[in-house]
Amino acid sequence: MTTRATPFRGSYTSRDQVAVYEFSWLAVILIPLVAIFIQAFLPTRVRWLPIIDLPMMVVIFFAVARRNPISGSLTGAVIGLLQDTLAGPAHPIGMYGITDTVIGYLASSLGVKIDVENPGSRFLITYGFFVIHQAVYFGVAHGLLRQSLQWSWSHVAISALANAVVGVFVFKLLDRFKQS
Amino acid sequence: MDMVLGRYKNLIVLAAILFAQIIALAVQVKRPGQEGETRLVRVWAIAALTPFEKAVVHTQKWAHDKWDGYIYLRGVRNENRQLRAEIARMKLEQARFNEDANMARRIQTLLAFKEQYVENTIAAQVIGTSGSEQSRVLYIDKGSGDGIKPDMAVITPTGVVGKIVQVFPGSAQVLPINDQLSGVGVALKTTRLQGILKGAANGTTTLQYIMSDEPVKPGEEVITSGGDRIFPKGLPVGTVASVDPGKDLFLNIRVIPSARLDRLEEVLVVTKIQDKLPDTKDLGPIRASDILSERLPGVPAAQDATPAANPTGRTSGAASPAQPNAAAGAPMAKPGTTTTPHATTPTATGSAKPATTAGSVALKPNTTTPTEPSNRGAADATKPNPEPGAGTETTAPKPVPKPPAETAPDTTPQQPAAPPSAGETPPQ
Repeated sequence: MTTRATPFRGSYTSRDQVAVYEFSWLAVILIPLVAIFIQAFLPTRVRWLPIIDLPMMVVIFFAVARRNPISGSLTGAVIGLLQDTLAGPAHPIGMYGITDTVIGYLASSLGVKIDVENPGSRFLITYGFFVIHQAVYFGVAHGLLRQSLQWSWSHVAISALANAVVGVFVFKLLDRFKQS
Repeated sequence: MDMVLGRYKNLIVLAAILFAQIIALAVQVKRPGQEGETRLVRVWAIAALTPFEKAVVHTQKWAHDKWDGYIYLRGVRNENRQLRAEIARMKLEQARFNEDANMARRIQTLLAFKEQYVENTIAAQVIGTSGSEQSRVLYIDKGSGDGIKPDMAVITPTGVVGKIVQVFPGSAQVLPINDQLSGVGVALKTTRLQGILKGAANGTTTLQYIMSDEPVKPGEEVITSGGDRIFPKGLPVGTVASVDPGKDLFLNIRVIPSARLDRLEEVLVVTKIQDKLPDTKDLGPIRASDILSERLPGVPAAQDATPAANPTGRTSGAASPAQPNAAAGAPMAKPGTTTTPHATTPTATGSAKPATTAGSVALKPNTTTPTEPSNRGAADATKPNPEPGAGTETTAPKPVPKPPAETAPDTTPQQPAAPPSAGETPPQ
């Protein structure tokens, strides 16, 4: 795969002026799979891990690195659908697919406009996208499937904070797979 | 047109992807009562993922076993000593419980009360989860190849875990009791109030459909009621954590599950449950008089006991006219069982408690001496009946009246034991 990295020139007014990263096919396939494996396996040993959404972080990472809404939507759809396949009977395939598609689209659209390389902005976008992720999921479950979910602002806020903190380190780790 | 497509290309692709997934969701939505089926893509995904999960879990277990079994043995000797003391204490306790259980089994037999017995279980390792907060399903490393089927109960020694919902060739999906789709028929252990334990989206479990005027207190134990036909009756489920007034005249009872649902490593899948009457073969035959005595436990003492029937001068609880030797209210008192001869034989030790006392839990068959004629068990039922006209189930030999000095003291001073009178075999 070709590598196309444009150096940052201080202004994000045009898509040509921001760095667009690409990844090897191996990384594109393995990173989401490893994230889903960890997400499915580790909660059997670490009780609080389900509040961390690693697949969503991977969606955000790929989306903001590529800065292509179509690519971000597709990446989100695929990762979300994979995550859906592991869920239980109350969880039809497509719930995380829809949610992560929206996240992928928004993250890639945002990545065109703002700096997403420094830890501060990564913390904020992860926090914000987690809240959006929960809201979209709640909307799909409640609006489309009539499921009786309870929305708890405090729980969402704490979970978003935890995801934002973990996200900073996960993004730092995933930066190693960028090709520039 | 091309300009519009080019300008809104991103949005159009997004809408198309979302639309496809919404259609897929609509296809999966089931009508109430419609049986669910496993999506092929789900089977593939799980088949691809579970080998890795199994490998990690089994490797971890192997290393853990090696560490615990061969390397980290500090304090094992001391622990062994403590465990031996614990076993000795529990043996004493078990003897007492055995008597309680025997009594309960007799009563259940009399009432034709079928019990559910866990016949077979399969041990399984928890190898994964759904990985999301919204769905709390677990995956275990046993599947259809191991005999696992949907709706089988999943338990641990500490309590109920959930039930099997989907089965794959090498794994199975477990719906835990704290999942929002879960519902378990339960009862409160002391008050026997029945309700349904439901999970919630946030992972808590609540006991529903208990009327608000019922006395439910925090700390009360919750067990399975058996009403859902999935979980055998009497398994521990959890403990009442809080009781609040709910809506629609029902209490809002929060229950903490007994099983550590967030840290499960090994579980048992109940593969076979059998409804059967309790086994009372070893407890001796049951006679009509036993039924009378066990169904009329509250007859006042000394009402029918006559000095003639009680040469020791002791009262034995109310002896039924139909059963002169068996004290009413003494379910264990069966002339045809171990009770009478053990209590009356001169060779019985002082620890042999007279079993004719009401609720005597200290009755121990092994308190007889080898010289004592055994009249216990099914084998004894074939012995010729010493009493003409006695029922075929009557197996008791004619008891030897015990001298007063050798009568062992009763466990309940208010109701001292009475030696059996003549006419040991009442009519059936």
